Amino acid sequence: MMKKSLLGALAFGLATSTSAFAQTEIQWWHAMTGANNEVVNRLAEEFNNSQKDYKVVVSYKGQYADTLNAGIAAFRAGNAPHILQVFEVGTATMMGARGAVKPVYQLMAEAGEKFDPQAYLPAITGYYSTAKGEMLSFPFNSSSMVMWINKDELKKAGVNEIPKTWPEVFEAGKKLKAAGHDTCGFSNAWAPWANIEQLSAWHNVPMATKANGLDGFDTEMKFNSPLHVKHLQNLVDLQKDKTYDYSGRDSRSEGRFTSGECAIFLTSSGFYGNVKANAKFDFTSVPMPYYPDVQGAPQNSIIGGASLWVMGGKKAEEYKGVAKFFTFLSDTDRQAKLHQESGYLPITKAAYEKTKASGFYEKNPVLQTPLIELTNKEPTENSRGLRFGNMVQIRDVVSEEIESALAGQKSAKDALDSAVTRSNQILRQFERSVSR
Amino acid sequence: MEKRAHFSGWTLPLLLILPQMAITVIFFYLPASQAIRQSFLREDAFGLSSEFVGFENYSLVFEQPEYYRAMITTVIFSTLVAFFSLAVALLFATQADKSLRGGHAFKTLLIWPYAVAPAIAGVLWMFMFHPTLGTLGRPLNILGFNWNPMLDGTDAMILLVLSATWKHVSYNFLFFLAGLQAIPKSVIEAGAIDGAGPLRRFWTIVFPLLSPTTFFLLVVTIVYVFFETFGIIDAVTGGGPAGTTTTLVYKVYADGRSGGDLGLSAAQSVVLMVIVIALTAIQFRYVERKVQY
Repeated sequence: MMKKSLLGALAFGLATSTSAFAQTEIQWWHAMTGANNEVVNRLAEEFNNSQKDYKVVVSYKGQYADTLNAGIAAFRAGNAPHILQVFEVGTATMMGARGAVKPVYQLMAEAGEKFDPQAYLPAITGYYSTAKGEMLSFPFNSSSMVMWINKDELKKAGVNEIPKTWPEVFEAGKKLKAAGHDTCGFSNAWAPWANIEQLSAWHNVPMATKANGLDGFDTEMKFNSPLHVKHLQNLVDLQKDKTYDYSGRDSRSEGRFTSGECAIFLTSSGFYGNVKANAKFDFTSVPMPYYPDVQGAPQNSIIGGASLWVMGGKKAEEYKGVAKFFTFLSDTDRQAKLHQESGYLPITKAAYEKTKASGFYEKNPVLQTPLIELTNKEPTENSRGLRFGNMVQIRDVVSEEIESALAGQKSAKDALDSAVTRSNQILRQFERSVSR
Repeated sequence: MEKRAHFSGWTLPLLLILPQMAITVIFFYLPASQAIRQSFLREDAFGLSSEFVGFENYSLVFEQPEYYRAMITTVIFSTLVAFFSLAVALLFATQADKSLRGGHAFKTLLIWPYAVAPAIAGVLWMFMFHPTLGTLGRPLNILGFNWNPMLDGTDAMILLVLSATWKHVSYNFLFFLAGLQAIPKSVIEAGAIDGAGPLRRFWTIVFPLLSPTTFFLLVVTIVYVFFETFGIIDAVTGGGPAGTTTTLVYKVYADGRSGGDLGLSAAQSVVLMVIVIALTAIQFRYVERKVQY
């Protein structure tokens, strides 16, 4: 009697457990908030409803830096997620962690998923691929830097043409200032991203040796070239009377554009949702300005945003699920829809073509601006992307030095020389910790 | 006939101090020893490889000019915050000690800021004093003060001292208030009968009798400024502009978190630990002598 019921219970338990645990769980840690958080949840839900074998479970882990740290800490404790969203500047850190991550091209091959690296936009995947073109992580939300324009205020100030070059921007800034914008002619968020990283790629000038670090961790910084110094010196001169006014290292001051204070503002294309919701004026975005006397400018811009890294040491069955999920994400219709709804860049050529053909960009030119920049020319050594170890810290150092130049404590040249020296120390420290 | 509590054997007393010991070991000795261990290693962020490098991390720390700058910044910042958070709290406490109508509400309001998380407090202050978007920063500029904590190091320091002080005044206020309430009224009345005015009474009677509280708060505030302000610094200035508000503890945080350089960061926290232990020892050795219990 006793035995029978026990066996019965056991059988019952087994039966229910197989039906409950037949699904393999895939953990996905991310850093998306607000509308973008909805996007993540919806994607997971759609994938889970599309098949029965796998279940993607999403967890929000705080901001980009927090998410990266959470992933690292979890890996150290032996319970890393399968998929970790890492911002673009964390790329070298992830790459340096051999054994901690599973490169995407390997994952797709082992899982037997159809995967053609050529199907993706090179301007985006280049950032996350080896020199041989092997894709290491899966691009998820990509953006680039664009120039946001308050058309109404430009008209009022008598700027009839939207500026295309830096000298034109300086002129427009002066006119805006004369027309009552006395705290800000023009400005930008993300100081190091705008004035060093994007400026270098856009003018086809190296930011560092070894294709900006893509070809090896023994890269050395070169962003104290005459062009970089000239640009920073221009900003320093214009900061004196607030024709240019500094807006910090991050995106905190983006409100200066939506409030109408700064009528010309360089920041991420991902700012779109915010502008659409809050700007009470006629706005648009155009490609970043350039110096016309630089040979070959404008080249192409580089991306910002984040990609999905697959963590190492998981079961083959689980990797199969991750690969299926990436195939699902690459679907043309899904990519096109995601791009049109969220403002993220499409990652496949097909999705971009499809959106173009549908006439979507005629109505929404703002969403095409970053794509025009990224695909402006075939990327070169100087414009494929960046790969520096401890890049978060390097950005802090660069910001510090830019600030000391703008505050008049150092000349533009001294500030950039010092930023290069200090960044190189950080690079060497990173190189020593990974190259063993 | 001396009165003494007798314990037979060691079991009970050990059991009684065990919880406290456990907390101290888990939350202080373990992390501290971990930091000391890590300060002699070079590791990548993922802990895939680590090698023993002896005192290399320490020598790297002392080679950086930024480190000495952070030391000077820390001295300025901690002196200002310690002084203002103690002085303002004492002023508030003496005022709140009077029997006022609505005194309770007043006290509650003064204690509230302590409940605000450092990061939230930081963001609040940052936005209030943002040079062009801030509710207080903008008027300052309209009035012709050239207020710009994003580029001007002095302005950033002022803003940081304000917010770190604001955050800690509540804590000091509570203790001062309790200390004031413990002072016997008869002593003060005796002073009043002898013709001492309120200020004189405060400096000759109240202040000396408050000295144990003041000393305790001085020690705690120094520890607060040295260790617990990185959250506020991160939210208000991020150590900028141009590193003018990077204190020692913020540097530990920035090198370890955004730099992923645990060895260098651990070496710095060991140095910081030594500094604070030394400071506390000095306070107990020299300042405490002036305290009248």
